[in-house]
Amino acid sequence: MKLLTHNMLTSHVKGVTQGYPLLIKATEVKVNEVEFNPEFVVKMIPKLEWSALVQAAEELGQKQDLPEQLVADYGKDEAFLKKVHRILLEVEVMEGSLKCPESGREFPITRGIPNMLLNEDEV
Amino acid sequence: MATASNRSCLQYLLHLAHDNLDFRLPEILSLICLRGKTFQPGENFRQNSPFWCLGGLTEEDICGVMARSVCAKSAFELWGHGKTHGDLRTSLLSYPPERMLPFMQKGSTYRINVYTFNKTLAFADRIKRIDALEYLPFEGTVSLKNPQHVFCVLEDYGSDPNNIPEHPDYIYFGRWIADGQRELIRSHSVKNRHFIGNTSMDAGLSLIMSNHAKVKKNDFVFDPFVGTGENLLFYFCKHMHGSLGNVSVNTFTFLSLCVSGSLLIACSQFGAYVCGADIDYNTIHGKGRSSRKNQKWRGPDENIRANLRQYGTENLYLDVMVSDASKSVWRMAAVFDAIITDPPYGIRESTRRTGSHKDNFKTPDGTFVESHVPVSQAYHLSDIFTDLLNFSAHHLVLGGRLVYWLPIYRPEYSEEMIPLHPCLQLISNCEQTLSSHTSRRLITMEKIKEPEDVDGLIHLAEPWSRPYQGHNAFREKYFSGINKKGGRQEHKPDVNGGFT
Repeated sequence: MKLLTHNMLTSHVKGVTQGYPLLIKATEVKVNEVEFNPEFVVKMIPKLEWSALVQAAEELGQKQDLPEQLVADYGKDEAFLKKVHRILLEVEVMEGSLKCPESGREFPITRGIPNMLLNEDEV
Repeated sequence: MATASNRSCLQYLLHLAHDNLDFRLPEILSLICLRGKTFQPGENFRQNSPFWCLGGLTEEDICGVMARSVCAKSAFELWGHGKTHGDLRTSLLSYPPERMLPFMQKGSTYRINVYTFNKTLAFADRIKRIDALEYLPFEGTVSLKNPQHVFCVLEDYGSDPNNIPEHPDYIYFGRWIADGQRELIRSHSVKNRHFIGNTSMDAGLSLIMSNHAKVKKNDFVFDPFVGTGENLLFYFCKHMHGSLGNVSVNTFTFLSLCVSGSLLIACSQFGAYVCGADIDYNTIHGKGRSSRKNQKWRGPDENIRANLRQYGTENLYLDVMVSDASKSVWRMAAVFDAIITDPPYGIRESTRRTGSHKDNFKTPDGTFVESHVPVSQAYHLSDIFTDLLNFSAHHLVLGGRLVYWLPIYRPEYSEEMIPLHPCLQLISNCEQTLSSHTSRRLITMEKIKEPEDVDGLIHLAEPWSRPYQGHNAFREKYFSGINKKGGRQEHKPDVNGGFT
């Protein structure tokens, strides 16, 4: 699971009102090189919850020097876009789980794929 | 808006493939729209003709359209046209020479093709057609193998194969510019693919779907039913129509030529980043029994990501996940540029969602055993479409498109059966006939406004949803005609080998 996807996911356990962001507990994290595409990164940045991205990067020990606040005028800041690119598309959680911050429900991640299915009494 | 430039007044001729007729106009409209241009057909435009004259475009636009079109075979700069060869001559001679001469100069090489629609010409007749063009000032030398410029005489003999006229109804002459992407269909053939799911998408149709969805570079595309698809019936009806006596459900196993994630592969070919979900853990993980004939289990590298890798677009792979389309896991945000999917209609892939009527799935202390697999229950077709439209209304960007297949029992079809949503405008509705009584329709909708609270309430009371209520009602109807084709079962219910 990439952090771009994580940034868009929320807990959907019945009754939960504050299910975002999901906490990440990772036992295996990989960094896969992906071709840098500044246009896509610039396009996605306004759709991100920035603080959730920083928090996720921190949880994985991958924050490096990603700024706490979104920098102004990021469109021309290639160094910054490369950092965002790395954290959004290159860092991948291979094994671990996603935890609902309110209910504590955990969703396992195996071979890089989150399983978001709920049990019968949770839907 | 007319420009002063002469070149914008040029007419271009598209030669379209004569199949999937319904799908052609929406495809070309979408592709022209992606170029930021408008569709300006010539005077005698007929949608079902294999030849369309288009104005208001540049050669670059035409190349852009042809770089993606599956429906168009070739495109030409139209130099002349007419009802007879005499008319063609008049028309060609009035074409501005300064537009022709750069392609006819001394030292250049060229070739002239003759194409006829709905008639086959003898070789000698083809040569005659070429010789008849002697009034054109060709200065270059003929090269059949590797010409710099290719010209084409195209003759249209109408579309009735039982009544082919002696002389063509219409003749065109033009300079060839580009071919469409019908080759891509072959290179995307499911047989060449790593991972094959139980069902799949005819490769050409997945590319057409991406075109209808106006998928472009750097788009973010989502397929909520990435593991499923219902092409079986398509193959069944197309290739086996009427040739099987006793149809057993197991027959479908042999016909399952279909591929998981094929819509994502198609979208990634056009530069979009792709993401998918499915309720089926094994499909998503590429585990379990293989859908290939003569292969029992899936290999370790048979998954959606590996498929994209094979097509050189792994850098556009975002994620797939196991999730239930009826329970959205996406936070409320308009992120997707397109949602493109082939929902399970319960004919081959079952329609399922999590939930149970039982209470005994927990251990006495109230916890789930680790190996617990949530029970899935029937997912009514009307609910699938309600959920899909609501999801799209919330998660598409404004102007983003939803493209999906809707199964149709033809005797009961009316336009009112197309699901509607206040935030989604119907763009096109194309029928692919599967048999005399079944078809599926490719529905394209565009998000025109952000949803308000009341908009979420599209309901089962809507007339469109009635045929899709009840889990198996639709499936039963869908198969009823096959029963009739198979025949024997209805008349002799005791014959061995009916439905198994």
